[in-house]
Amino acid sequence: MEIFLQQVVSGLATGGIYGSLALALVMIYQATDVVNYAQGEMAMFSTYLAWTLINAGLPYWPAFFATLAIAFVGGLVIERVVIRPVENAPILTIVIVCIGLLVILNSLAGWIYSYIQKPFPSPFPETPITIGTVVFGAHDLGAIGVTLVVLVFLYVFFRYTTLGLAMRAAAQNPSSSRLCGIRVGWMLAVGWGLAALVGAVAGMMVAPVVFLDPNMMGGILIYAFASATLGGFTSPGGAVLGGLIVGVVENLVGTYVRFIGTELKLTVALAMILVVLVVKPSGLFGRAAVHRV
Amino acid sequence: MTRARAWQRALVVAALALAFALPFVLSGFRAFQFTQVFIYAIALLGLNILTGYNGQISLGHGAFYAIGAYTTAIMLDKWSVPYALTIPAAGLVCLVVGFLFGIPALRLEGLYLALATFALALAVPQILKYFEHWTGGSQGIVLSRPEAPAGLGLTPDQWLYFMTLGVLVVLFVLGTNLLGGRTGRAIVAIRDNPIAAQAMGVNTALYKSLTFGVSAAYTGVAGALSAVAVAFVAPDTFNVFLSITLLVGIVVGGLASISGAIFGALFIQFVPNWAQDISKAAPWAIYGIFLIVFMYTMPRGIAGSLRLVLDRLARASGGAGGPA
Repeated sequence: MEIFLQQVVSGLATGGIYGSLALALVMIYQATDVVNYAQGEMAMFSTYLAWTLINAGLPYWPAFFATLAIAFVGGLVIERVVIRPVENAPILTIVIVCIGLLVILNSLAGWIYSYIQKPFPSPFPETPITIGTVVFGAHDLGAIGVTLVVLVFLYVFFRYTTLGLAMRAAAQNPSSSRLCGIRVGWMLAVGWGLAALVGAVAGMMVAPVVFLDPNMMGGILIYAFASATLGGFTSPGGAVLGGLIVGVVENLVGTYVRFIGTELKLTVALAMILVVLVVKPSGLFGRAAVHRV
Repeated sequence: MTRARAWQRALVVAALALAFALPFVLSGFRAFQFTQVFIYAIALLGLNILTGYNGQISLGHGAFYAIGAYTTAIMLDKWSVPYALTIPAAGLVCLVVGFLFGIPALRLEGLYLALATFALALAVPQILKYFEHWTGGSQGIVLSRPEAPAGLGLTPDQWLYFMTLGVLVVLFVLGTNLLGGRTGRAIVAIRDNPIAAQAMGVNTALYKSLTFGVSAAYTGVAGALSAVAVAFVAPDTFNVFLSITLLVGIVVGGLASISGAIFGALFIQFVPNWAQDISKAAPWAIYGIFLIVFMYTMPRGIAGSLRLVLDRLARASGGAGGPA
């Protein structure tokens, strides 16, 4: 039972990270109909920037928030410079441009920081926390807390601020929004910026666990895809919930199903994606895509 | 039209003549590099049939390359089958696997198919390591390189070169005929307007999964050839970056173009080698930049741009040229 509880909590911690990244994917998908294959690498690059700042002597939290600001601006610039020219191009073009972005960010990080793994600090104490008879990792609990804070922040932002409302309007009905005086192009760019920010949080939370290296987000991105697919690419809340489900299932399957263990973890994600896409392509909470013929 | 066709034919003949002369002029190592180019070209034609002509985006064709390579390696290693037989066998296995993967893929449109195949590409090395008994785990399988048949007087490098060239020519002729005829028009029609194609009586479901199968078979044959040529297979060589390399190849060479496969193969074989001198990361940075720049400026790749030039030449020399 104790092992079960521990696995569930650490599943929730990684699940929260998958959920954040999935949320970033869904935000971009809703605003621009693009699945951003470079989301993981953008998060990885932001984490390297945080590492640079911390190594330059900045305390953790100032470095954390400075990284968020840089990530936001970076995401905004990427949308303006790289994505905007192909906004209305066929899907194949957009997928290829995103893959190009993925490759560039990955190799740039390798070029600047080398491919050697680096330790990344956790802001939470190392001593585990004991509740009753069960022992939890402090970083796991902290990561869950940070994820929750991000979610609440985003909820409030999209629900109660003018800018958030304008962004939702721009995503839902671009031409009407434009007629109301909303600058749709900029709203999309801000969406990319916010997604990059959320991704940066995910990167900084996961780096202490998996260590910092240019390929660290590969596996996490596929889990984020699985989460977003499970929850539905059109549902932000679903993506987060999907992340938590995927995180917990991953941990429980890894612990209790012998023949899978940790060796086939990515294959589990692949199977989840395929099953959801074939059985219910819109996911648990998404709207089914309807096409006008 | 006829002028442009004549130019094209002359170029193909010249390229073939050059290809026959090359291994006698170049060193063994260079000849081996060109063998690799031919192997990539076959894989790229496979991916191009699916993504370029049929419009189904695959970011995981490295998986079929891996299946082809491992089919050959296992047949050679466990059952000592003659290698000439393992190559069509690898093609057949990939045809079936590709066809089966194509069935669920029918329900997936554009982005979702890209997603599923991307996940496949990421998972392949793990799956290969898992079936350790067959695949030798992360150590891979070491094979021995084939000798040239006695009496030809060729070095092993030259023999591999000519064998690969032979397979390439056969597969390209088959591919040209497949895409140039009724079937090819159906495949392209599905890409351009699936509903209209269906209304015209094209069985889209059957064609799409068959295209997936044929595409996988081409890529699988390429994988099999690479296993024979390199004489070694290991799971980590078939990672997601192999699939991205193939994507780079068709984008740079030219989407929906047969000769594009050759240009793309030359690009992915030689450009990383040159870039490697700058930094270990440079080849990938260059790949990424080429992907984006080509999409902006030359969406039809090298082959498409060459075609424009050829048409202009034909028009300039013959007066009445055909439509571009």
